[in-house]
Amino acid sequence: MNVLAYFASLDPMNFMGAIPGNVAQGLIWGIMALGVFITFRLLDFPDLTVDGSLATGGAVTVVLILAGIPSPLAIAVAVLAGVLAGLVTGLLHTALGIPGILAGILTQISLWSINLIILDGANKAVNVDKYSLIVSLRNVTESIIMVLIFAGIIISILYWYFGTEQGSAIRATGCNPNMSKAQGINIDNMKVLALCISNGLVALSGGLMAQYQGFADIKMGQGAIVIGLAAVIIGDVLGEAIFRKGMNFSIRLTFVVFGGIIYYLVIGLVMWLRMPTNMLKFLTAVIVAIFLAVPYLREKRKNSFATKSKREGQKNA
Amino acid sequence: MLDLYNVKKTFNLGTINEKQALSGIDFYLKEGDFVTVIGGNGAGKSTMLNAIAGVWPIDEGSISIEGVNVTALPEHKRAKYIGRVFQDPMMGTAADMGIEENLALAIRRGKSRTLRWGITKEERERFHEDLKILGLGLEDRMTSKVGLLSGGQRQALTLLMATIQKPKLLLLDEHTAALDPKTAANVLELSDKIVAEHNLTTMMITHNMSDAIHHGNRIIMMNQGKIILDISGEEKKKLTKADLLQKFSEVAGVSEETDEILLS
Ligand SMILES: Nc1ncnc2c1ncn2[C@@H]1O[C@H](COP(=O)(O)OP(=O)(O)O)[C@@H](O)[C@H]1O
Ligand SMILES: [Mg+2]
Repeated sequence: MNVLAYFASLDPMNFMGAIPGNVAQGLIWGIMALGVFITFRLLDFPDLTVDGSLATGGAVTVVLILAGIPSPLAIAVAVLAGVLAGLVTGLLHTALGIPGILAGILTQISLWSINLIILDGANKAVNVDKYSLIVSLRNVTESIIMVLIFAGIIISILYWYFGTEQGSAIRATGCNPNMSKAQGINIDNMKVLALCISNGLVALSGGLMAQYQGFADIKMGQGAIVIGLAAVIIGDVLGEAIFRKGMNFSIRLTFVVFGGIIYYLVIGLVMWLRMPTNMLKFLTAVIVAIFLAVPYLREKRKNSFATKSKREGQKNA
Repeated sequence: MLDLYNVKKTFNLGTINEKQALSGIDFYLKEGDFVTVIGGNGAGKSTMLNAIAGVWPIDEGSISIEGVNVTALPEHKRAKYIGRVFQDPMMGTAADMGIEENLALAIRRGKSRTLRWGITKEERERFHEDLKILGLGLEDRMTSKVGLLSGGQRQALTLLMATIQKPKLLLLDEHTAALDPKTAANVLELSDKIVAEHNLTTMMITHNMSDAIHHGNRIIMMNQGKIILDISGEEKKKLTKADLLQKFSEVAGVSEETDEILLS
C-alpha cells in the first residue's frame, strides 16, 4: 500500500501553486536558450562558454546593484561582460585556431576564476527589500510580465537582425562556410559576431536569474548549455508538431523560449513527484541525448546497410 | 586581365606526403577569353583554380586580376572579382536557406554586409526573371529550401549565383562531373549561354575532352603542375580528340595508350 500512500501524499495544489514560479524561471532560461540557439542551430558551433558567461552575467549584475547602480544599467553592463566572453571564445577559435569546443571550455574555465573575483567569494545575495530589482520571486506575476516583455523585445530584435544582410551572412556561415567564403563573407568575423551576441543574451539571462532568485552564485551556470539545448530541442519538436512546414523564423524563436518554460514545468513535476532531485541533470542529459539522436537514427534507418540487407533479403525470399 | 606569374604551390612541405602541385605556372588570360582546362587526375587543375580564388596562399609567384595584385588577398576579399562553381553540387549553396536567400547572398558578393534588410522587393522581382532563364521552374518556388533541390538544380542555381553580379572571372571546376549525362549537358549549355550573354572571362576544368574542344576559344592542358599545351584561335577550332592525344604524348613523352587512361 506504499504506492497508494505515496500518491495520497501528493497534493495537486502544491504542483499548481509552483507553476507560476516555474514559468518565470523557465522564461528566464528561455532567454538564455535563445543565445544557445544562435550558436548551436544558426552557427553550428557548440559553444560551451555559456556555463561561465551565465554566472558572469549574474555576478556582474548583483555586484553592481550592491554598489548602488540601478538594476537596468547593471544588466546592461552584464550584457557587455557576456559579449566580451563571447569575443574571447571567438578570437581563441578564429585568430588562434583552437577548435570550437575547446575554445569555449577554455573561456568557461577562466570565467570561473573571474567570476570568483567579481563576486569576491562563491556567492552574493541582493535583497529585494533594499534594492529595486527588475524581477524577484517575491512578485512572481510581475516578474513573469517583465520577462515576457524582455523576451518579446529580444525575439523581435533577433528576427530583424537575422533578416539583415549581416544576419543572413551569419546564417550562411553556419550553413556552408565554403560557399560563404566564395560569396565574399568573412566567416571568421561572422563567427565572432554570433558568439558575442549569443553570450550577451546568456549573460542577460544570468542577470535576470540572479535578481529573481535574490543572489548570484558561482555555480549558477553549471550545466546551462545542456538546459539551453534541451529548451532549443523541445521548442523545435513542439513547433514542428504544431506548425509543420509553416514554422517561420519568429515562431522558431518563440518556441525556443517555450522550450525553456516546458523544461521548467517538467522539472517542477519531477520535484512534485518527489523524485530524487540529484538525478535532474542526469535526466536532462538523457533527454537531450535522445532528442539529438532521433533525427540521426531516423535518417540512418532510411539509408543504411542493415535496412538495405533486410529489404534485399525480403526480395530474395 | 588574369595574370599568373611563376605560381608555385607545394602541399605538406617537409613531410612524407610532400607534393608539388603547381610547379611554376605562367599564364595570361585576355578579357572575354573562355579557356577550357584538361589534364589527368592530380595534374594540378583544381589547385590552379584554388590558387586564383585564394583558398590558401601560394608559396611563390604572383597573381593579378585586371591589374590588381591579389596575391596577398584572402579568399573572401577576392570573391569581389570571382564567381565560382564547384564539382560538388552541395558546395556552392546554403542548403538550409531558401532559393531567394541564396541569390540575395550572391548578389552581395564582395560588398560589406550591413544592417539593411537582406533581400529587397526589386531583387525578388529580378531573381524571378533570372530564374526563368534556367528553365527549371525554380522561379515558382523561390522560398523553398535549396536542400530540397536535385544536384542539377543546385548546380544551375550555383551558376546563376556565380554570375548574378557580373564577375571579372568565372571559375568552373568540373561543375558537371557529378551530374547524370542529360543534366550535365543542360548545365553545360546553360553555362555557355550565360558566359556568352555577359561576355564573361571564364576558366572551365573538364575531364571530357570533346567538351573541352567544343567550348571556349582556348584550351590548355596540364601535367604535373605545369601547363604543357596552350592552343587558341583557329587552331583550337580545328582541334580533334586525336590531335590532343597526340600532342599530349609529344609533350609529356608517354605513349598514347596511357594518355587515353590519363585523360578519359
Ligand atoms: N589541399 C590539399 N592538400 C594536400 N594535397 C593536395 C591538396 N589539394 C591538392 N592536393 C594534391 O595536389 C595534386 C594536384 O591536385 P588537383 O589540383 O586537385 O588535381 P586535378 O588536376 O585532378 O584537379 C594532387 O596530388 C593532390 O593530391
Ligand atoms: Mg580537380
